[in-house]
Amino acid sequence: MQLLGMLLLPFAGAALAAISGSDRTRCALITAFAPVIALALLMRQRINVFAGNVVYESLHWLPQAGLDISLRLDGLAFLFATLILAIGLLVIVYARYYLAEKDSLPKLYSLLLLFMGAMLGIVLSNNILLMLVFWELTSLTSFLLVGYWQHRTEARHGARMALIVTASGGLALLAGLLLLGNSVGSFELDVILLSGEIIRSSPHYPLLLSLILLGAFSKSAQFPLHFWLPHAMAAPTPVSSYLHSATMVKAGIFLLARLHPALAGTELWFDIVTTIGMLTLLYGAVMALLQNDLKGLLAFSTISHLGLITLLFGIGTPLATLAALFHIVNHAIFKASLFMAAGIIDHETGTRDLRRLRGLRRYLPHTGVLAMVTAAAMAGVPLLNGFLSKEMFFAEAIQIRDAGGLANLIPVIATIAGVFSVAYSLRFIHDVFFNGEADDLPKFPPHEPPRYMKLPVEILALLCLAVGVFPAYTVAPFLNAAAISVVGQVPNYSLALWHGFNLPLAMSCIALGGGAVLYAARAPIFRWHDRHRTISSMRVFEFGLIALFNSARKIINALDNCSLPRFVAIALLATIIVEIFALAQLPQLLGPIAINPIDITLVIGALIAAVATAFTVRWHRTRLLSLLPLGVIGLVVTLLFARFSAPDLALTQLAVEFVTLLLMLFALRYLPATATLENICWRDAIIPLVLGTSTACITLAILTQPYQSIAHYFTEHAVSDGGGHNVVNVILVDFRGFDTLGEISVLLIAAVGIGAMLHGIALQPITTLLRSQKSPLLLATLASVLLPLALLIAVHLLVRGHNLPGGGFVAGLVAAVALLLQFIARDERATLLRLSNAWQGLAAIGVLIAIATGVGSFVFTRPFLTSSFGHWHIPLFGDIELATAMLFDLGVFFVVLGAMLRVLTQMFGPSESLGAPRNL
Amino acid sequence: MELLITLIIGVLVSGGAFLLLRTNLFSVVLGLTLLSYAVNIFLFAMGRLHTNAAPIVDGNTMTDPLPQALVLTAIVIGFAMTAFVLALALRAQHDEPGRQQ
Repeated sequence: MQLLGMLLLPFAGAALAAISGSDRTRCALITAFAPVIALALLMRQRINVFAGNVVYESLHWLPQAGLDISLRLDGLAFLFATLILAIGLLVIVYARYYLAEKDSLPKLYSLLLLFMGAMLGIVLSNNILLMLVFWELTSLTSFLLVGYWQHRTEARHGARMALIVTASGGLALLAGLLLLGNSVGSFELDVILLSGEIIRSSPHYPLLLSLILLGAFSKSAQFPLHFWLPHAMAAPTPVSSYLHSATMVKAGIFLLARLHPALAGTELWFDIVTTIGMLTLLYGAVMALLQNDLKGLLAFSTISHLGLITLLFGIGTPLATLAALFHIVNHAIFKASLFMAAGIIDHETGTRDLRRLRGLRRYLPHTGVLAMVTAAAMAGVPLLNGFLSKEMFFAEAIQIRDAGGLANLIPVIATIAGVFSVAYSLRFIHDVFFNGEADDLPKFPPHEPPRYMKLPVEILALLCLAVGVFPAYTVAPFLNAAAISVVGQVPNYSLALWHGFNLPLAMSCIALGGGAVLYAARAPIFRWHDRHRTISSMRVFEFGLIALFNSARKIINALDNCSLPRFVAIALLATIIVEIFALAQLPQLLGPIAINPIDITLVIGALIAAVATAFTVRWHRTRLLSLLPLGVIGLVVTLLFARFSAPDLALTQLAVEFVTLLLMLFALRYLPATATLENICWRDAIIPLVLGTSTACITLAILTQPYQSIAHYFTEHAVSDGGGHNVVNVILVDFRGFDTLGEISVLLIAAVGIGAMLHGIALQPITTLLRSQKSPLLLATLASVLLPLALLIAVHLLVRGHNLPGGGFVAGLVAAVALLLQFIARDERATLLRLSNAWQGLAAIGVLIAIATGVGSFVFTRPFLTSSFGHWHIPLFGDIELATAMLFDLGVFFVVLGAMLRVLTQMFGPSESLGAPRNL
Repeated sequence: MELLITLIIGVLVSGGAFLLLRTNLFSVVLGLTLLSYAVNIFLFAMGRLHTNAAPIVDGNTMTDPLPQALVLTAIVIGFAMTAFVLALALRAQHDEPGRQQ
């Protein structure tokens, strides 16, 4: 479990860092703990990985979805994990000194470690879906890190832009990876990496490749999706140094490398990846020279170098791949230290503007030397690491020229980009440290930063030298192992400093010389650039966002003008369309099953229902009157259920009918007796008629089709497995108990919601309905006799429900009706009203009982809501059968009873407004 | 028989839809109630119409219990919804007395 431990360490560290307190050094030490241990764990695998082995670990997570926590550590993952952890450690040290007193260090550290964990997750995943989860996590954490200074507008906007671009890319990547996994039949990298042939010949290959590349390019800031990276520079410099040079932007590059064996090697790959790489390389290099912000220069240079690496992966030969991997390491080293140096300059002088900075060599000599070394590495000066990988790049660019077509351009572009790269590196050094006297600084005089703030820069600069001079002893084993996992073997290459006089060397010389000349002659270029003010990408982006929001709002407004009838009409029309579409598919309306003969009782029932409906509609403005026919319809429906073998439904409908009518009567006390007359337009006639007719036709069509029940399992297993003879009840409380749990929760939520909606408002009854001075004596007397009887019936229904018609729903309703009768007929109103909250509590207890019954099955190591039953012999009673499902039903009973009474008492009126009970 | 059930459903749906299209909330509640009757009968009828065949295991023929189980909870949930809309109507009446006139 070493890999898993390594992966989880940063996450645990993030939690620890968040509570590490205000002492900055202690906070940094606590934070550094996790990456140090993780690095140690990683290094223990060194020998194993350098020998070309792959370390695996796997835990089941969601095997049904093809998603497991499956990790692998091969050469490529090892290389990246080392970069992530080591540079992460240096950034932690650096940030300790960089951040101002007023900024929260624990917050930054916590986010940095979260990000570190997410990055480790990407490189260690052996499952592409798992990788995607971590991929999205890096987008989220980077959003939080870029927006660290949330009080600054540019930080918030930069963070949002970064999130929108990278998360949209993530969406494309998700689609691409799903297609990839489906065409291979597995989401495990092991399988995918061996299935390159299948993938490349799959009909989905062009689509999945484009989607995956879109994801990778958005993350790695490739042209034309590069624009978010310069704006992400609003982040604190340690964050830029870590995310925007060394790690996160390399995630896209990592993906190119990771899926290289599976996706690369086709014309399509070559065309897309080299073209994008080339454009990005050139564009970034030119733009970097033109920046006036120190971090902006570094940001565009990062874009350019990422383009270089992408271009190398596009070329795709084993040597090009090796060069790409090499440049990943080199770029991470020199760019991280350059960002740190820029941060020091910003920190000590108070500005990053290249037009104001000059002559710092006198004040920051030490930092200056370090910056010069690393900038020289960036420019590709011999003896430094950047030189080596650039040489390899030039060599590959010349090699690929033979491929013809587009490839002819590559050496030229490479040289031009090299020239610009030298020029902007020179600018970074010359403009800042030389170029006259420092006389325009917000903070003067600048001082060398604290000792340990420079330590990370020193280490990185030293690495630039060490790799540049002794590549074979420093970086070679990492590269070899990584090359094995990307191209299968270690290509034949030489990391020597000197290859003799050859074309790549000439290109390097041209770049160095040309760069110096270009820098010297920069003034006209700058003037030209100043004349053509570029449009801010942020403005364009924000404009696009606003346009998007506006058009969304327009669509919403077009659909919904806050008129309920209009909205209902749209919904009903949609229903009509669906129904007519379904009807149009039928060859004929009536199916093969003959219609049963009409029987006279049903004719009477149907007529009553139709007439009652007509009257409900006719009288709907006279509210009280309309309830009368409504009740009649309810009774017809009850009888219909009773006639067609649904005793449970009939019982429930009857009880609900009573409660609903009562509810409406209560509500009517607060509403005017009549509603205003409305204009009736064609819509009000046509929609109901068409909807009614089409629904009727569909019903008839279905009823004359042959019937295939899907309930065999339930009917056959009700007695043997559920221990009940009433199949409806067994379905409710046992087979589909989880659904019922959801439904009673809805009931509880409705009750709570109604309580909240009517809480604290003093409703004034505006009609005299239910306002008799005295309760009718007859009803009062009857009610007291009925109460115990009705409650007894409720209990009876509850107990027998498992085997005969009844159950928790009906029993709850009957009990509620019995109590409500008291409410109307007697003076218990006040008492019951004050119990309003208690009823809600009862409903909550009911849900808890139901859940507890479900959880109880865990004790017997069964799944949630497994029921059990048995027979017990009780003296005098005889044999009785008890099932745990009955306990569940008791919960249902409480919920129904509690919710009904809560709603009804609340609807009757708040208890505060209750005067003497007689006066109500 | 099927024709009569169809007739009942059709009438209830038409009446319910008409009331749903009214502007005042109480009529909408009435419409919702009618529509729920129709939907419940429709769902119930999907299990076909049998007499004297209650879904209780006693050796006799049984009708399909599944639609019944669905409708049973639908009735109770329907009540909760009606109550919720009524509460909404009361709240609207309280906040903007003019709207309900």
